[in-house]
Amino acid sequence: MMRFRVLAGTIALAAALAACGSSSNPVGSTSGASAAAGSASGSASGGGGGVITVGSANFPENALLAEIYAGALSSKGVTVTKKLNIGSREAYIPGLQDGSIDLIPEYTGNLLAYFDKKSTATSAADVYAALPKVLPSTLKVLDQSQAEDKDAIVVTKETADKYKLTTIADLAAVAKDLVLGGPPEFETRVDGIPGLKEKYGVTFQQFKKLDAGGPLTINALKNGQVQAADVFTTDPSISTNGWVALGDPKSLYTAQNVVPLVNGAKASDAVSSALNAVSAKLDTKTLTGLVAQVVTDKKDPAVVAADWLKSSGLG
Amino acid sequence: MSGLVDYFDRNRETILNWFGWHVWLSVLPVVLGLVIAFPLGWLARRYRFAYGPLVSVAGLLYTIPSLALFVLMPGILHTRILDPVNVVAALTVYSVALLVRVVADGLAAVPEDVEMAARAMGYGPVQRLFAVDLPLAVPVVIAGLRVATVSNVSLVSVSALLGVPQLGQLFTTGFSRLVTEPIVLGILGCLLLAAVLDLLLVAAGALLTPWRRAVRAS
Amino acid sequence: MISSIVAWLGDPAHWQGPDGVPTHLREHVWYSLLAVVVAAAVALPAGLVIGHTGRGTFLVAGVANAMRAVPTLGLLILFVILLLPHIASDLVYLLPGEAVLVLLAVPPILTNTYAGVQNVPPEVRDAAAGMGMTPRGVLLRVELPCALPLVLSGVRAAVLQCVATATVLAYVSLGGFGRYIIDGQQQRDFPQMASGALLVAVLALLADGLLALLARFVVSPGVSGRAGRARPGHARALSRARGRFHPAHTLTTQELS
Repeated sequence: MMRFRVLAGTIALAAALAACGSSSNPVGSTSGASAAAGSASGSASGGGGGVITVGSANFPENALLAEIYAGALSSKGVTVTKKLNIGSREAYIPGLQDGSIDLIPEYTGNLLAYFDKKSTATSAADVYAALPKVLPSTLKVLDQSQAEDKDAIVVTKETADKYKLTTIADLAAVAKDLVLGGPPEFETRVDGIPGLKEKYGVTFQQFKKLDAGGPLTINALKNGQVQAADVFTTDPSISTNGWVALGDPKSLYTAQNVVPLVNGAKASDAVSSALNAVSAKLDTKTLTGLVAQVVTDKKDPAVVAADWLKSSGLG
Repeated sequence: MSGLVDYFDRNRETILNWFGWHVWLSVLPVVLGLVIAFPLGWLARRYRFAYGPLVSVAGLLYTIPSLALFVLMPGILHTRILDPVNVVAALTVYSVALLVRVVADGLAAVPEDVEMAARAMGYGPVQRLFAVDLPLAVPVVIAGLRVATVSNVSLVSVSALLGVPQLGQLFTTGFSRLVTEPIVLGILGCLLLAAVLDLLLVAAGALLTPWRRAVRAS
Repeated sequence: MISSIVAWLGDPAHWQGPDGVPTHLREHVWYSLLAVVVAAAVALPAGLVIGHTGRGTFLVAGVANAMRAVPTLGLLILFVILLLPHIASDLVYLLPGEAVLVLLAVPPILTNTYAGVQNVPPEVRDAAAGMGMTPRGVLLRVELPCALPLVLSGVRAAVLQCVATATVLAYVSLGGFGRYIIDGQQQRDFPQMASGALLVAVLALLADGLLALLARFVVSPGVSGRAGRARPGHARALSRARGRFHPAHTLTTQELS
């Protein structure tokens, strides 16, 4: 008797659920109406005259860059509020569009790929030139920096010496004996597993799903659970552990220059000049050093940012 | 300890913003849940045949893991994965599932002789519901609300995996930098919030049942 | 959504290999079962002893209420970070994972075992003592069987908590059905996420159902009231305590009062 009731209840529930079709992709890049309502937080959205809300993605380097931008703007008299560690692009791009944030540090190549999956631009100049054509009308990028943080296939010194590896192409013969570690999306990304196979003929024995250059990946490479890993080029672990970032002669990985992505209406002259000055002063070596202070020395990003701005005459 | 205070100071805006979201996401579903569960629980009590199916469906829904519900909601509501609405909807389902039985049993807990006395005094059915049954059901319902609210505080933090803004984001942030301060702050924040909400509910229960204090005093 | 989930589950490629459903099912069950066994090994004896001797009851109430509020994701990440410098294998993720699951599984087993032993009618205890049983005999041959419905109810709740929380372990690179949710989100593949969510839900429902069935067969008919005893009111009270209609991890009557 009770079993019948449970069954009847389940069928009713299933029928109700089946009635829901779905046309949108909840993890896609198109934003829905409810998304704007959802991602806009209850607190002030920074829309008041002249206040810039700086956001950041949920990883240390981006939070550091956001602190640098915020500090540079503050010192030029712009009122700044911060909304750091928001999450991935799915979270903050709609935030830029609905006004919950006004500014975020971005990377030219990934930003371009987010809005135009089919783009073939790889060099810094090409990627930057392609951006204004694909960005939504309300957003714009300011000057790009020389500082770059891109994906790299990294191996330990032992592995590099053992198989005489200097570029990704050298992996073609030996990859079948090696395990690769990287973020889950590397499996399907155009410049991930498919791209390695297509451009370099490299197929690994196994791919371990870890994280995007985070502690899981770093530890796996350090402990030998993977022999090669997708690590970001500014990661201090590379130099700390004596790892080798393999060369990419065929430009599988597009340029990823640091660039401020901003709500066009908020990009006043003061804002633009402050941020362009930062972009001019920043280069990859400097950025790597700053990230090391945050990740290795465990210093707070705000402190590291403030110190650097002061020493560069921008803060 | 000073590390915790420092971290909080430097990230005060962000943390308080997340805390606000966490309060909202924990409390709103319970309120909505009670509003929906109340008529359902009353129906289950009033009509014997309804009790079985209602409680069974509730049981089924409560068995579904919360993270699974968070993920399936966008498919049902056509929202995006990181939309806090998913969390509210899923936890409301949970709260209703928990509270339906609590309300039904709470209303049923009225002693037979009190029921008969009320009837003898001329109370109509609606009057009986609001003047007798409900007040006597308060302790049971409050107990259920406490469980629902405190569980919600913990369940909400898991939605950090999907990008929903609340205290759980402190955990993912801390992991990316391998620092423990934000994580400890997040745990403490959740515990604090749960304790405060629990205390508020206990106080509300005490306020609504003055006769219990009288009984204890006598 | 339903059609995309059906399509994803219908793809045979998703049922083989290290990323297939059977593999992740095995991992998920293994994580949960291990935690419940460890938790039971700790909580069952503790609950029996506390219920029998009446000492240490503060532990029971305090533990149950506090654990409900603890954010499991936070604890997991905290443990991992603390262990990372010391362990150089996958154990650095597995140990914290299991620790968190055990911490979740202990309270329901502990409180329900305690409640079960407490609820044994005093006249039954009396009768057993009158028959000459030693205190240990009373505990093991009378109180435990009478408490069995509630104990099993607690185990059911613990299993459910573990199955639900084991999904989070995928965040620290472990396996289980949570893998589909984490990976699906990273790959912006909602059908994968939704399929993973559905698989977890089905596993939870199946586990709950199986344990409910098990309880039916394991609990002595005299205790469950199935044998239609001469004292109908008493049998009904016991069967209510056994919790025929409600799922294991809602409130026990103990908690509600």
